[in-house]
Parts: sequence; structure tokens; C-alpha cells
Amino acid sequence: MAGNVWVYIDHFRGDPLPASWEAMGAARKIAAELNTGVDALVFGHGVDELVQLASEYGAEKVFVCDDATLADFRVQAYGAAAVKLTAAEEPVLVLAPATTRGRDLTALLGVELGVGVIADGVELNVKDSVVHVTRPVYAGKLRATVCAPGANPQIISLRPRAFPQPELVASTAKVVPVEAVLAEEDVAVKVTDHVAWENDVSLSDASIVVSGGRGVGGPDGFGSIRQLATTLGGAMGASRAAVDAGWIPYSHQVGQTGKTVSPDLYVACGISGAVQHQAGMRTSKVIVAINKDSEAPIFKLAKYGIVADLFDVVPALTKELKRRLDQ
Amino acid sequence: MVKCAKLLGLDIFRQIRNPRVHIVVCIKQTPDSAAEMVVENGIVSWGDTPMVVNPWDEYALEEAIRTKEKYGGHVTAIVMGRKSAGEALKTAIAMGCDSGVMLCDEDFFRCDARGTARILARAIEKLGDVELAFFGKQAIDGDSGLVPLSVAFVLGWTPLSYVCEVYEIDLHEARISVARLLEEGRQNCLATLPAVVSVVKEINEPRYPSFIGIRKASKVEIPVWDLAELGLDDSEIKTCDSAVIWSQIQSLAKSSREVEMIEGDSVEAIVTELTDRLMDDMVI
Repeated sequence: MAGNVWVYIDHFRGDPLPASWEAMGAARKIAAELNTGVDALVFGHGVDELVQLASEYGAEKVFVCDDATLADFRVQAYGAAAVKLTAAEEPVLVLAPATTRGRDLTALLGVELGVGVIADGVELNVKDSVVHVTRPVYAGKLRATVCAPGANPQIISLRPRAFPQPELVASTAKVVPVEAVLAEEDVAVKVTDHVAWENDVSLSDASIVVSGGRGVGGPDGFGSIRQLATTLGGAMGASRAAVDAGWIPYSHQVGQTGKTVSPDLYVACGISGAVQHQAGMRTSKVIVAINKDSEAPIFKLAKYGIVADLFDVVPALTKELKRRLDQ
Repeated sequence: MVKCAKLLGLDIFRQIRNPRVHIVVCIKQTPDSAAEMVVENGIVSWGDTPMVVNPWDEYALEEAIRTKEKYGGHVTAIVMGRKSAGEALKTAIAMGCDSGVMLCDEDFFRCDARGTARILARAIEKLGDVELAFFGKQAIDGDSGLVPLSVAFVLGWTPLSYVCEVYEIDLHEARISVARLLEEGRQNCLATLPAVVSVVKEINEPRYPSFIGIRKASKVEIPVWDLAELGLDDSEIKTCDSAVIWSQIQSLAKSSREVEMIEGDSVEAIVTELTDRLMDDMVI
């Protein structure tokens, strides 16, 4: 009987990332093929709600490590608890969302358990109990299929929004409390402060992204981009050209040296679509390009194209959407 | 003025106590980010596009050099790869690194992130007196982002990933304070040295190599360390049973769909048409 499939439930101070539930969905499919079950790892402090949610997303067991040392994610503290638990319970596979935390945790598990780690999976296929993972490489220009057949457990992080949100199930999970391993003095990193982004929708999680580029012309031009994004309940992105010009902070940059996004709808306004920008948004489901230059490379990627001045189209589109969405 | 003298004095004091603070920066050579990647018969190629220092690593180089400029010490750049990757070290030295080490062995090429981390960690140990190792957050070819922290875990050093600002390094107390960039915002941390620091773009603006630096780089001797030189038991690296294997690599399927241009007599007509399409597609 194979061990279970584990999912690390990523959260920020108790607030779960949607990618955690996407990983639960992926785990349920793999577990069905391996004829085994899914367990969730909920580490943190004051995480009862997460335990309940993990159960509703289909966990058979929820391993809960609730401790003051885990209030903020610190990879040493989370990792030590995960390593001990993994050695005792012998899961066949550990999945985690490929977030900042998920990536760091999987790196630690790989080193401490002596197994190879696969990052950023966008597709999983099981052959003879080995998970073959498709992942983008060279900034999404190519796709590689990789696996770690000798790894026990196999450790894989999954790119956010690459897997669908699963249905909820009737909740019956068994909750298994786990002790923290490291005392506070054994953790080399102390979190002194956190400054949250201002009310912005997180780019990586957004189902709609509206981005502006060189064509926006200056910091003021992002006002209309922001209005459209807000109307759609989406996040605001930018091309490298706009960020380098100092019109908008780097945290909004989409592309090879910025964030990778994969929304349902990506609206590119005044963005020519250099290959580096494409790397960060090409997996978006529907791409709309608004650009004055009909030769801009972004039109090759887009589903819908509008050759016009964005300062005419964007405000008009915002107005039309407000009307239709009854705002 | 008094404050300046005090700060200056403090820096001198630090340098006397730490005559040679050793900083390492690990870099990689990758195809230029503008390269069109092609796969033929399972082999990846990128035409005439030059190989460059991995763009993320430029920020790590800059931060390592700034750290030396602020606190004194010595920066060693390490590159792992084929002999041609020595060019990346020349860039590093031309920017202001003091020395370079090349890690090159036929057996390195099969390594996954963990194998790579073990080799880099061994090289850092061999250098001896290193307090701080800088990395770019990931390489733009393999894109796993696993190597920097894996090195920290192999060495048992403090792991600090996605650092967007280094506030202060106190070598006497062996402490470092940084800001990290998370999905949710900026996190300030205080941590102990030695540490592995992976950096993001926001941390600095990398400098260009200087003329004097380029001349220096052209003369500098770069040692090449292989498996034996590193004293790594080759079975550890060669028979990595649990390593990640690349079974297939392919280009993205070219989209056969043509873009649908939305045109109309007025802006209103165009946005109405677009809104209809987006509603039909159920993306809004």
C-alpha cells in the first residue's frame, strides 16, 4: 500500500492562497490513480479555519502543527516539522504551490530527505507510480517533461492557476496534531515587520490582469489602466519599459524579470509584447491587445486585437463594463 | 559631520576586526533573455544569440560588490558550467569582483538543482572563510529557483530568499537585516550570519563593467575546480538515483488561431463588441 499524497497548504498568516486548493485538486486526481488518499499539512499559528477548509477540499487526514514559532512562515521552522513528519509517515508524493514559501519549503525537503525536487509543474501524468511533470523552462519559451523516479517521496511544486479549483466535498478529515520541532532560539531568522501591499489584488492569483506599457506615456496614464482593472476586479500589471521608466513600481512588472501571470483575461494596453513580456503572460486564457501599432508582436499572441489609442479605448471600455456589470 | 566621522570610524573598526570579510556570489551563464529558443531532435538551441550572465545574477553581483564597498572585504564569483562560462566570470570581475572560480567537470552536467547545490556548497566550504553568499533568485534557463536555498540547507547557513533590500550587516555580531519581497508585501527580517541571500530585481541597479575592470578581468587567472579538486565523492554526484531527469523537451505548440481584430465606426461600437466577446468567453 503506497503512502498518501501530501499537500502543503500555503497561507499568509492564516489567509490561504488559492493555489493551495488547486494543489489539493491535483493531489486528488493523482491519489485516485495511485489508489491512495490525500493528506494536508496545515502549519501556522491559529489555523483552525484552514484545517476545516483543508478537510472540505478533500483531505483524509490533516496534520496540524499550530505553534507560536510558526506564526510567520520561516522555512527552517516549517521545514524541520515537515521533515520529521515525512520521515515518520512516508508519503509517496509531496505537492506544494510554487509560491515563495512553497518553493523554499520544497528546496529544504529535497536537501534534508536527499531527493530531487521539481518546481513549477503545470501538468501531471502518472506512469508506473512515477509522476511525470510538465514545466515551463527558458522563461516559458519551452516545455520540459521531467520526473524523479528514484525519489521517495517525490516532491513537486505547482504553478499557481495551472490547475483548476476543485469542488468541495463532505468534510470528514481526521485531524492529527503535530509538535513543532525547533524552539524559537533555534530559528536563525526573526521577522521584525511586514508592510502589506496597498489593497491591490495579487497579480499571481488574479483571474483578470490589466497591464500598461510604454504606450501609457507616464505615471498619470496608469490612472485609466487602474480604473479598468478595478472595474473588472482584477490586478494591475505593467511591462518592463513602464517600470524602468519609473511610472509604476516593480511589484507590478509582468515578464521574464517580473511576475508570471496566468489569468483568464489579460488586457495589454500600449504594450508592444517583447519576447520577455510574453514570457510572463503567454499562458493567459484570453488576451486582448490594445495598441496603436498594428505591427506590434502582442497581436500575434492575442485573441482579440484593437488598433487604436488606448486613451480612447480604455476609458470607453471601463464605462461600458460598468454599465453591463451594473456598477 | 560628527555622525559621518562616527560612521566612518565604525567602518574602519569593522574592517580592522574583519580584515578580509569574504563574500561569494554564485552566477550562471544563460542564453540572452531575447533569444528565440528552438528544439530539434531533443536538443535545445538559440541560434547566434550570445550567452550572458543570468540577468537575475547581475543584481547579486551588484549587491556583493556594494557590500564589499561598504564594509570592506573580498568578493569571489563562482560559476559552474562549461569552460566557455569563464566569460561570465570576466564580466563579474570587470564589474568589481576580486577573484573568480570556475567549477567544471563532465559529471556536473547531469546535476539537478540539489546536485548543483551540493557542488556549489562544497566550493564555498573550500574557499573557507565565507560569511555571505549572494545568488540571483533563479536562472532564466532551468527556472526552478531551488538552488540558492538548497545551498543554504546543504551548508546549514541562514536561508534568506527574495531579498529586495539589505539594511545592515553587522559582522562583529554576525547579524544581517534585510527586507524580503513576498506575494503579500515586504517582510523585514533580522538574521544571523553566515547566510545565503537570494536577491530580486528591486534590490539595486547593476553597474556596467568599468574600463579598468575589463583590463583587470583580461589578466586575472581563474582556477578551475573539478570533482576531484572539490574532494567530492563522485558516487554522490554520479549516481544521483533520486535526481530529477529531463525526459522530454519541446517547443510550445504554435497557436493556430489568428488574432480577431475588432473594428467599428466608433470607439463605443468597438468596446461594445469586445465586451460581448468577453462575456461569451465567460472571462468577465
